[in-house]
Amino acid sequence: MLQTVSEPRGGQVEAVPEAHLLAYRFMLRARLLDEKFAALYRAGKIHGGVFLGRGQEALSAALGINLTKSDVFAPLIRDGAGRLAFGETIVDAVRTYMGSSLGPMRGRDGNVHRGNPQAGYLPMISHLGAMVSVVNGVLFARRMKGITGIVGATCLGDGATSTGAFHEALNQAAVEKLPLILVVADNQYAYSTPTSRQFACESLADRAAGYGIAGHSVDGTDLTACLKTVGMAVASARAGKGPQLVVAKLLRLCGHGEHDDASYIDPKYKTSALGRDCLKVAEEKILQQKWTDAAQIAVWRSEAIREIEEAVAQVQREPAPDPFAEEWTALSTKRLIEGNA
Amino acid sequence: MSLTYLDAICEAQAHALRDDPRVFIYGQDVGAFGGAFKATKNLAKDFPGRVIDSPISEDAMVGLAVGAAIEGMRPIIEMQFADFSTVGFNQIVNQAATLFWRTNISCPITVRLPFGGTSGGGPFHSQSLETIYAHYPGLIVLTPATVEDAYSMLLEAVAIDDPVIFCEHKFLYRHLKAEKLPSEALPIGKARIAREGRDLTIVAYSAMVQDALEAAGELATEGWEVEVVDLRSVKPLDTDTVMASVARTGKLLAVGESWPWGGVTAEVIARVTSEGYGLLDAPPQRLNAKDTPVPYHPNLWAAHRPTVRSIGAAARKILRH
Repeated sequence: MLQTVSEPRGGQVEAVPEAHLLAYRFMLRARLLDEKFAALYRAGKIHGGVFLGRGQEALSAALGINLTKSDVFAPLIRDGAGRLAFGETIVDAVRTYMGSSLGPMRGRDGNVHRGNPQAGYLPMISHLGAMVSVVNGVLFARRMKGITGIVGATCLGDGATSTGAFHEALNQAAVEKLPLILVVADNQYAYSTPTSRQFACESLADRAAGYGIAGHSVDGTDLTACLKTVGMAVASARAGKGPQLVVAKLLRLCGHGEHDDASYIDPKYKTSALGRDCLKVAEEKILQQKWTDAAQIAVWRSEAIREIEEAVAQVQREPAPDPFAEEWTALSTKRLIEGNA
Repeated sequence: MSLTYLDAICEAQAHALRDDPRVFIYGQDVGAFGGAFKATKNLAKDFPGRVIDSPISEDAMVGLAVGAAIEGMRPIIEMQFADFSTVGFNQIVNQAATLFWRTNISCPITVRLPFGGTSGGGPFHSQSLETIYAHYPGLIVLTPATVEDAYSMLLEAVAIDDPVIFCEHKFLYRHLKAEKLPSEALPIGKARIAREGRDLTIVAYSAMVQDALEAAGELATEGWEVEVVDLRSVKPLDTDTVMASVARTGKLLAVGESWPWGGVTAEVIARVTSEGYGLLDAPPQRLNAKDTPVPYHPNLWAAHRPTVRSIGAAARKILRH
């Protein structure tokens, strides 16, 4: 299985070929896994929605490979690539979508709502902006415990920047000077709402100044740019320079979920630079630079497909949650469950 | 020595900070200023770096507490008034309350809500929100009625591995006094018989326990022996103690300061009626605040919430059934 590197790599220019190849492989795996989820959804094998990261893989992978196992990560719905780079296994992703009782969420929660808090991998709730202050809390507690050198990263879309939770938490991080990296994928639409109905500033990165924190803009379709900018932001946070807001411009190359045909997306975007497929752009770059060749990419692709197919086959044999065996309590303190006192 | 309900809350926090390095307090004005009600007086000085002022951001305050709890800490969040906790409602009910069920990682946070009416508080500094928090799975909701319980239940709240909504009544803050702090206490989840009687059971919690006791005292002069059950915690709700009391008296009045639609009093009556229908020899009654926002002027405020007088009147009606 592909592993992320263990040492912080933030913004290391000399690591360019290595970083590109590492990120590209996570992007490719995430794209192929997404395609499998979409196929399973169309076949009626997945309960509930399926949400893809198509078009957002470069940004997400660039963040994921710049994090270490000791960091904190609260991804959002289009961060399949970042999740894999942070160490999530394909089989756990499949388990969560399929509701396997052996998965991290045990059928109690599903699809993109998955994580492992003990490993610093926080499972999102659906309320946008709500994870930012939770990441702050982990960072705050670690600082109280004297743990240094770690960062926390979380991802949002342009729509989430309109929430009170986003504002409260970003301001909180700024006041506490926490090593937070907030990555915003400005993907032109929040479900069907265009950015013109979402915010009125020139760029969301301009908001950083209002919080007294560093702001960065990046072309989210370009892996090279994402690696550089996100790497710099992570390195700055790690070096104690406080919260970093990264805003990437890109286009969501799919519906909000697989139930959504995205017919509302303005065709002009699809032919613009924003509409480029970041996976293709990255592939062209690494081939053009001769950092790898087409045969090697084909091997990576077939390895990933095999791993995904094996994971799906395995999970389909795993036990579904059993309502009769389920412990129907939301409390961890057993003596406080009514009837147990 | 004489201690108020507020002193007990401050002492319990000092005790928790002293005993457990994982405990910290985060809230608006809780640091050097000592809190809007002085519930954290001197704590920032005595526990440097562990009693921390937050921005006016209730959502982010609770979110930070959840993150810190994931990291093994035991944060206490002070809401300046219970009313403002609605700004942090999402983090409480959707983040904190679901964490253990979703992930098997417990979420030991305590959210202190100074709640309930004092005259002059008006619509946004007087609310009683125990009902809405009790509605959500995954939360413990505590409503201490005495100085002793304010102390012992807050200490236990901080030690509990689940998120606790600690409803501390603002009217009781300086009104209630005790000679000393308790060395032992009933565990959370157990109701208390605050006064014994055989003619009627009044179930109450928080400040309404004190009003119910006063009403019971007046009724005693008329020859009625009224039993008062102090729920102490509204979630979990100690149905057994309530049922045992109703089995003795055959009559039930449930009193709460929150609004009348649904809620703790409705829950008490629903449980007694469905599980103990045969115990009742009069229709059970409930008494709550009126179904309007909490008014400002003392005349209106005193008429809005249950009082010793209205509790007495409701009790007489049942007793004469």
